[in-house]
Amino acid sequence: MGKTLAEKVWAEHVVRRGDDGAPDLLYIDLHLVHEVTSPQAFEGLRLAGRKVRRPDLTIATEDHNTPTLDIDLPIADVTSRTQIETLRRNAAEFGVRIHSLGDADQGIVHQVGPQLGLTQPGMTVVCGDSHTSTHGAFGALAFGIGTSEVEHVLATQTLPLAPFKTMAINVEGQLPPGTTSKDIILAIIAKIGTGGGQGYVLEYRGEAIRALSMEARMTICNMSIEAGARAGMIAPDETTFAYLKGRPHAPEGADWDAAVEHWRTLRTDDDAVFDAEVTLRASDLEPFVTWGTNPGQGLPISASVPVPEEIADENERVAAERAIEYMGLVPGTPLKEIPVDTVFIGSCTNGRIEDLRSVAKVFQGRRKADNVRVLVVPASARVRLQAEAEGLDRIFLEFGAEWRNAGCSMCLGMNPDQLAPGERAASTSNRNFEGRQGKGGRTHLVSPLVAAATAIRGTLSSVADLAADDPSFADLDVAELDGSPLVPLDPRVPMQV
Amino acid sequence: MEKFTTHTGVGVPLRRSNVDTDQIIPAVYLKRVTRTGFEDALFAAWRGDPDFVLNQDAYRSGSVLVAGPDFGTGSSREHAVWALKDYGFRAVLSARFADIFRGNSGKQGLLAAQLAQEDIELIWKVLESAPGTEVTVDLESRTVTCGDVVAPFQVDDYTRWRLMEGLDDIGLTLGHEEDIAEFERSRPSYKPTTLPAKHLPTVEVRAARPIALPIQPVSR
Ligand code: SF4
Repeated sequence: MGKTLAEKVWAEHVVRRGDDGAPDLLYIDLHLVHEVTSPQAFEGLRLAGRKVRRPDLTIATEDHNTPTLDIDLPIADVTSRTQIETLRRNAAEFGVRIHSLGDADQGIVHQVGPQLGLTQPGMTVVCGDSHTSTHGAFGALAFGIGTSEVEHVLATQTLPLAPFKTMAINVEGQLPPGTTSKDIILAIIAKIGTGGGQGYVLEYRGEAIRALSMEARMTICNMSIEAGARAGMIAPDETTFAYLKGRPHAPEGADWDAAVEHWRTLRTDDDAVFDAEVTLRASDLEPFVTWGTNPGQGLPISASVPVPEEIADENERVAAERAIEYMGLVPGTPLKEIPVDTVFIGSCTNGRIEDLRSVAKVFQGRRKADNVRVLVVPASARVRLQAEAEGLDRIFLEFGAEWRNAGCSMCLGMNPDQLAPGERAASTSNRNFEGRQGKGGRTHLVSPLVAAATAIRGTLSSVADLAADDPSFADLDVAELDGSPLVPLDPRVPMQV
Repeated sequence: MEKFTTHTGVGVPLRRSNVDTDQIIPAVYLKRVTRTGFEDALFAAWRGDPDFVLNQDAYRSGSVLVAGPDFGTGSSREHAVWALKDYGFRAVLSARFADIFRGNSGKQGLLAAQLAQEDIELIWKVLESAPGTEVTVDLESRTVTCGDVVAPFQVDDYTRWRLMEGLDDIGLTLGHEEDIAEFERSRPSYKPTTLPAKHLPTVEVRAARPIALPIQPVSR
């Protein structure tokens, strides 16, 4: 019997098979480190007198706590400053490469790996952060780990791991214009539930997935964890190879050829069997938004806030009631009538250059709704530089948005970018848990295009809605709202992120 | 990790069930960056109460916690185990532990010993009638002795073996260092390394500043 992609990558990394029931020992190709989950791991090494086994397979960046304003000034928040300074000290002491605030390669850890070309097909990638699943877009087996495991990987470059199950998620057909990979993943989570992926590695397959760019694939894999999965993967193909070619750490010359030859074998065999399978028709999708307090509580944007009494399942009804109360919503309200206070465009889900480009296409020559604050936070400093080279920053500023430095920012509000109690946001991030973006804050998860349209209309909106109430949008070609460059690149900036 | 074969220390009766990890260590302490020094955070919410068991002189130096059932439920924070260890506990006895807590304990060398609730009750009586009584936890024979009470406890074979050998997960893995080194020799040369660092051209990153949003008319 054939093997699935995930099983192949697993098999290539087994250092030692566990005997009767004991976990396999798996080799880790790349370990990403950030300031929040690493301090105790380094301290543990120090207490035990151990070293980092492979500093050359480890890389650190500052992202969760970093301010997005005034990054050249000392960080005001004491806890944040301590965590960041601790990471810098640890990196220096243990010889780990670090990209600190102000460095062109600083940014959200899940953007930094791919943009440097460090994330490659068939690798095992770990990080003390659940959204490590992002890297699965390259056909890597990538998952988040706890602090003890961070220490384990630092000391041994391996992890004892129990095997997982595999689930195929087939997304057939073509995405309609105005819908994005974010809508695919929100629809998948709404379908299988926030626990539906538990114990599984998901493999996204099908025509709609193959048609996506690397960045769009990263958005999907990023949110695998929101379905409860260990990891999400997409088999590498020409799109993957084209993205990697020429990046700083991509293989070169004969190495490149050898690598690509191997990468081509990294696909699920035709006769392989998944433990579970789910199918979704992309052509049925429309932009998706969440109305509740977990990422599974989402609906197409043309729907209305659910009426709890109509929900048959007792648990779901109670959860819906609670969520609707927290979110300050009235059952039955059309989603498109919900006004928002803040639009957040950023995070490791949707803070990449293609996301910014498609938002800029909607924003260009327009102004935001008066009552809305709009925050645009690139995923990394490189993304910021690239956007500035393309002139996107001017579009954002003229639109009335704030253009910030890179980091996690309002995705989790560990820095000053937070929602005030009761404030409502349309956010391109990945979690809408109670208080995630600030105590008492209310989050609707959306795609970048929905975020952009919402910033203009002031209520949750799709780009198709724009033309309905403003004829000047009639020439906005929804089909062209993809992540391709808005303006020709400045040839003096030899950069590709 | 220190080897654990037998331990004798003052027993602390904690007559509460469902002690979750938020009670063991409240979330505010999770912001710390250190691995040690969590002793003050242990049971922080209860430590202000003069009647709380650890505030009584006889129990203050305790190292064997005797707790009610369902100990360590709730969030998976490893800090709960660090706090218990930093305070000086070597073993926790309970009729039932949350799985994640038990797993984390095993990793950190804290013995989570599972006893029958009747035996816990008997030990509580001894400890409460004669505060400061020592409890002996013998991992070799899997028995707890406290005054006249001798009770068996359960701990899985793998964890017991690791505790007795003083092996943490990392130590155990490092025991297979030869296998790891061998695996490393066979890794293909095209696999990336982070060092020496390769970059795109360095470009200066200008700091974004707070902006007073200029309200300008824009052609629509
Ligand atoms: S952007 Fe959000 S989800 Fe991504 S790593 Fe940062 S905090 Fe986590």
